[in-house]
Amino acid sequence: MSRLRSALAVAALAGALASPSVLAQPAWEDLGRAATDAEVQAWDIDVRPDFTGLPAGSGSVDDGMDLWEETCTVCHGIFGESNAIFTPLIGGTTAEDVESGHVGSLARGDHPGATTFMKVPTISTIWDYIYRAMPWDHPKSLSPDDVYAVTAYLLNLADIVPADFELSNDNIAEVQEKMPNRNGMTLEHAMWPGNEFGTGYIKPDVQAEACMENCADEPQITSEIPETERNTWGNLREQNRSVGPQRGADTTRPEGKLGDARGPVKVVGPKDRAAGGASARALELIQESGCAACHGVVRTMIGPAYVDIAKRYPGGVDYLTGRIISGGSGDWGDVQMPPQDISEADARLIAEWIAAGAEE
Amino acid sequence: MEDHQLQMAPASLRAGRLRKAPENFLGANDIRTVRAEARRGRRDFIRNSFAAAMAGGAAAYAGAQETVGQGDPAILELPKWSTSLGKPVAMTGYGRPSKYEGNVQRRRSPGLTQTTQASVSFAPLQSLFGIVTPSGLHFERHHQGWVDVDPQQHRFMVNGMVRKPMVFTMDDLMRMPSVSRFYFIECGANTGMNWGNVAVPTVQYSHGMLSCSEFTGVPLIRLLEMAGADLDGRRFVLAEGADGSSMTRTIPMSLVKSGEVLVAYGQNGEMLRPQNGYPLRLVVPGVQGVSWIKWLRRVEVGDEPWGSKDEAVHYIDLMPGGQHRQYTSIQECKSVITTPSGGQVLLDKGYYSITGLAWSGRGKIRRVDVSVDGGRNWKTAQLQEPVMDKCLTRFRLDWVWDGKPAIVQSRAIDDTGYVQPSYKQLRDVRGTGNVYHNNAIQSWLVQENGEVKHVQVA
Repeated sequence: MSRLRSALAVAALAGALASPSVLAQPAWEDLGRAATDAEVQAWDIDVRPDFTGLPAGSGSVDDGMDLWEETCTVCHGIFGESNAIFTPLIGGTTAEDVESGHVGSLARGDHPGATTFMKVPTISTIWDYIYRAMPWDHPKSLSPDDVYAVTAYLLNLADIVPADFELSNDNIAEVQEKMPNRNGMTLEHAMWPGNEFGTGYIKPDVQAEACMENCADEPQITSEIPETERNTWGNLREQNRSVGPQRGADTTRPEGKLGDARGPVKVVGPKDRAAGGASARALELIQESGCAACHGVVRTMIGPAYVDIAKRYPGGVDYLTGRIISGGSGDWGDVQMPPQDISEADARLIAEWIAAGAEE
Repeated sequence: MEDHQLQMAPASLRAGRLRKAPENFLGANDIRTVRAEARRGRRDFIRNSFAAAMAGGAAAYAGAQETVGQGDPAILELPKWSTSLGKPVAMTGYGRPSKYEGNVQRRRSPGLTQTTQASVSFAPLQSLFGIVTPSGLHFERHHQGWVDVDPQQHRFMVNGMVRKPMVFTMDDLMRMPSVSRFYFIECGANTGMNWGNVAVPTVQYSHGMLSCSEFTGVPLIRLLEMAGADLDGRRFVLAEGADGSSMTRTIPMSLVKSGEVLVAYGQNGEMLRPQNGYPLRLVVPGVQGVSWIKWLRRVEVGDEPWGSKDEAVHYIDLMPGGQHRQYTSIQECKSVITTPSGGQVLLDKGYYSITGLAWSGRGKIRRVDVSVDGGRNWKTAQLQEPVMDKCLTRFRLDWVWDGKPAIVQSRAIDDTGYVQPSYKQLRDVRGTGNVYHNNAIQSWLVQENGEVKHVQVA
């Protein structure tokens, strides 16, 4: 033992003798600090199914409708029914479901897709999620009363509460008793580690055996990708390495014969935005400035796709710059694009990229 | 890097064996000329002859070797990298893959999501070796876009049923004694597109929400102890992110208490990538990726689960009869062959090393069996060391392909004795209306023309 180390050991021993509790504490005990009440309050925003954590407040269906049309319609549709951007929120529940707490169409399989209100068992989930994460591009911008109002509006759309209802921390537990799928969950499965739910050990539901010989009949192919979809994922030849035991299939043409896979492979480099020029910066800007929440490069979303704008306004840099800054509606539909908080230089950079064809 | 770069496929020549040229490839006069020039040492002439021959395609390239009687121009004609000065050190402060590897990328599956922020990119499993996923190819699943958090501004809070709610800076966390461990992470919806039928062509899209890294961080239990957490009785932990979505999931206390759950900042020897939660994420070994909260800002100790959006609307498993399983977390034992796999084309008959990945959220892989006849007969594959708990395990098996159609499958068994099921076995219990936790045996059909197709069999 070095002299320094033995000196440290003696010091540690002396310290331990002086205050025996030191031995029980790890050496790093002094790292971190106590959180203040205000800090905990600022971050501890979760609401549990038993409504622990729910702030006091209230909001009416009417107020919720106003907020909804202002803030939520662009993604979710006027009645929460839209599947254009996200899965629908509303639909597929009945008065019988509200009575039984089991959404019947889940068992019958007669509703295409499952809406949020078909699945969610707990109203706390809706409240908590809207409060922490909505709206999509400005999360945490709604007040508790706003969230009560929007939640009330959704509950009314789902025929759980009447149109004159006001939701509050006082009556939300009564609403919980009407949630259409409140009895739709089970904890009887083997996929939670531990016994926190008190279910005890549950055997995995699927029990297979490892047969080694003559295990099955001649296999029959039951499903494969239709030939018409061969190139839907892009050219698979360019999604594989150019060397190795195999190549990617050239999906731009019909299947070939054995040996055709040899030969040159086009290497498509990663789109290197960091090292790129003006167009790379434009792509960064549409992400940073939140434009991409509504506009896809090639996909029509809430607003038109950039490639479509490019086709309509080739070379229209000045017009597009102004339009980005001022916002507006009417050119492509009724949805209002708000004025953008962006410098003219950045707006111009984006406009130049669009006007030049909006290449990704 | 340059797009649209064409390169020769060196495997158009089989090592150690030259092939006969088609008779009409070079005429007799051409051959005489080439040989005469070659004897005079006119290398450029030969090179030009090859260039002309190349226009005829790769088969002609192979044939040209014997015609000139010399050998492979890749050997005979020294390439520019053998005859020039190389590039300097530190030209790129952070190194990048070869430009020839540009096809190996994470990718989105067309039409899967309507936005790019609540979306997925899949890891290119067909092109990876061993068990570690390069951080830049790690799959992505974001619910409200990824953020790049300033580590100096990042804080981590512990509150709830604790004696003393606490705040830690990154400095605090990184000063504490750390552990580094290899774990797989798999999205609960991995392979979910194929519950009902084959919906995607390649292993990248069918299984690519799977990655494996060495994670470095502090066991969460240490931090709970420092805050004086009340750990007696029924207890749960909520984990919450600092991004716009502030994702929350209820974490099993049993895993926290075992010391497995990490508050991690390191990934494969460097800091986490922003897309993977920089500077701090939860690591919950064996449990689906959604619980590995990224940009982790807070954990709370409580006596009830939280029923958050991603455990009450999504990540719930629809069963026949209409009930949903809630708080399904463990990723059960699963495997997939990555070579050969869907969307690839084998170059020729003959030897192949069938290889793939196996993993289990309940522990170690004990055994992997491989079938090349669609599941009638199986052979036990070799497991590549190391075989670690809740980590990817690489397996391989020798195979000489006779050129006839073959359906290759793998079946993993973990150290609890659980056997990866077939689609029939899985659907008999869970139906086909589910999205999550599809761990069925995967089938790839190798056709006579060498092209490999994603199929399901009965």
